Amino acid sequence: MPETSKPEIRKLGYGEAVNAALHRLMEELPETLVYGEDVGVPGGVFGVTRGLRKSFGARVFDTPISEAAILGSAVGAAMMGRRPIVEIMWADFSLVALDQIVNQAANVRYVSAGRLTAPLTIRTQQGNAPGACAQHSQCLEALFLHVPGLRVCMPSTPQDAYDLLVTAVHCDDPVLVIENRTLYFGARQEVTVGGPVPPMGGVRVRHPGSDVTVVTWGAMTWRAVEAAELLAGEGIGVEVVETPWLNPFDTEAVVAAAGRTRRLAVVHEANVTGGFGAEVVARVAQAGVPLLAPPIRIGAPDVRMPAAPVLAQALLPDADRIAGEVRTLVRG
Amino acid sequence: MSERRLADLLAMWRIRAFEEKVRDLRLEGPIVGSVHLCIGQEAIPVGACDVLEPEDALYATYRGHGWAIARGVPVEALFAELMGRATGVNGGRGGSAYFTAADHGFHGENSIVGAGAPIACGAALAGRFDGSDRAAVTVFGDGAMNQGAVHEAMNFAAAFDLPVVFVCENNRYSELTPIADMVRAPRLADRAAAYGMPGYRIDGNDAEAVRFHMRDALEVAREGGGPTLLECMTERIVGHYIGDAENYRKPGELDRIRRREPIARLKEGLLADGVPAAEIDAVEEKARGEIEAAAAAAMAAPYADPATAREHLYA
Ligand SMILES: Cc1ncc(C[n+]2csc(CCOP(=O)(O)OP(=O)(O)O)c2C)c(N)n1
Ligand SMILES: [Mg+2]
Repeated sequence: MPETSKPEIRKLGYGEAVNAALHRLMEELPETLVYGEDVGVPGGVFGVTRGLRKSFGARVFDTPISEAAILGSAVGAAMMGRRPIVEIMWADFSLVALDQIVNQAANVRYVSAGRLTAPLTIRTQQGNAPGACAQHSQCLEALFLHVPGLRVCMPSTPQDAYDLLVTAVHCDDPVLVIENRTLYFGARQEVTVGGPVPPMGGVRVRHPGSDVTVVTWGAMTWRAVEAAELLAGEGIGVEVVETPWLNPFDTEAVVAAAGRTRRLAVVHEANVTGGFGAEVVARVAQAGVPLLAPPIRIGAPDVRMPAAPVLAQALLPDADRIAGEVRTLVRG
Repeated sequence: MSERRLADLLAMWRIRAFEEKVRDLRLEGPIVGSVHLCIGQEAIPVGACDVLEPEDALYATYRGHGWAIARGVPVEALFAELMGRATGVNGGRGGSAYFTAADHGFHGENSIVGAGAPIACGAALAGRFDGSDRAAVTVFGDGAMNQGAVHEAMNFAAAFDLPVVFVCENNRYSELTPIADMVRAPRLADRAAAYGMPGYRIDGNDAEAVRFHMRDALEVAREGGGPTLLECMTERIVGHYIGDAENYRKPGELDRIRRREPIARLKEGLLADGVPAAEIDAVEEKARGEIEAAAAAAMAAPYADPATAREHLYA
């Protein structure tokens, strides 16, 4: 492990934090490469990779619109000792090249009985933003969480945007980092940069409460926190537990939290059926947590995502809907 | 001759006026989200759609407003779609990047790069079995030429002599990256030879040239001669999307583009041929009038009803 830089505190937005992590990683790991569509000279469609090309030259480059080649070449380069950090501009676009993630990257270590590894990181972003069409709105984490061999995380704060990426790139297995474009330009916060590589996994308690546990991830974390604040005013204590790492998933921490409050709601932006919320509920059930009420899942209904904001708003969970369903869970 | 060119001018002005109005509405607020304009590229849809039959199937991209208009989709329904109104061509479900209007032979935009090409092959294939004389047209950008789905579709259509016309709108950029940096052989039309089909690089800023080549390609396709690739050289005068800072442009680039853009060029030609300036200007006015009226009507329509958001998922 190379020497890590001294920790320092900087005021960074979410996108800037990703950028800071990429700068650090390229400095400390000479085997890293950064590439993808528009990431080099233009610095990314969201500006997240700005300045890297200037600082690191040929290790940062633009690619053709060829997701299979981007991902496949990352697998190949990773097997040969490079540590590629590739960008898939929207998670929706990974679907044109799933083979390279599911059949290829995820198999490398296992099938070679550990003789080969594929330490690549795929950065992408997902979810709805007002006006986005059905092919630019999907939340696909459950698809990837069904793939053994692939690590998956979803940061929702500038600090986690930094930390999770650092951890991901240092990991010797393929990791998918799913960012969220509605967060890129959010408020700057104090971010500790540098320092040791954070461990993989763990949860973040984003709001304290003892009546009900809300498990959530991604941008929904902040809708859940808003809901918790609303309900706090009504005397309902909502503990919001964010699980930024979905694989590995900290089952123990989630089970412990549900065991304390004995009520569980899972909130995600993805549609409910086959969503990872089902897995969370199953794990808590299997652990034998004696819940006071049946657990609930809050997500988008099972439908395509419409472009019109008025239609999309009717489908996506927001603070009011979360608060309403959690209130019913607690009060009956 | 000048009559047809005046008709082309009107058709191009309809698209440009529409796109300019869309830009205003996007910047003012009634349109929300990502929008990709085709300003500067109008001659391609105008020339191509002029020779399409109603039963032909057209597959466009997110930069497809002009194709929808040239196919005859009512602009009021397009504005309404962009503003999330119940009267939108997709009732608000599609949005800017995903218009569809099958009843106008407009089988839709697509916001996954290259995805329309295999689908067009299927529309052409279906024509073999339904007794129609249908041809399918798939439109995509220069950047899409590097997408696996497009390669697969070209070979699929060629291997089976399918009546498909591949229309590549080469505006020299894929988002913020020049296509010249992403390929070794810059003449994309040359790739056609590798699939065993004809490929032509044509002036995409000349509706007449597009019309001529499109008619030819359709004829070959309907006669069982298989697909054709048309690489239509053009430029967008605007950013990739509204809000694009266009830092990738070279100094003077936009001035040069404006001198070659299809409307300016056609106007110049008409003037040189003795068409009175007033007549030429009247075309723009007519188009702008229609567009303003359509936008106002769309704006007056009610928003899509949230209670319907879950409808139309299954049969
Ligand atoms: C599979 C896929 N990859 C990436 C994108 C993101 N994207 C949207 S448009 C675009 C550029 C396309 O360039 P080109 O094909 O030349 O078409 P143009 O926009 O210039 O009309 C990219 C990369 C996408 N929509 N789909
Ligand atoms: Mg292009």
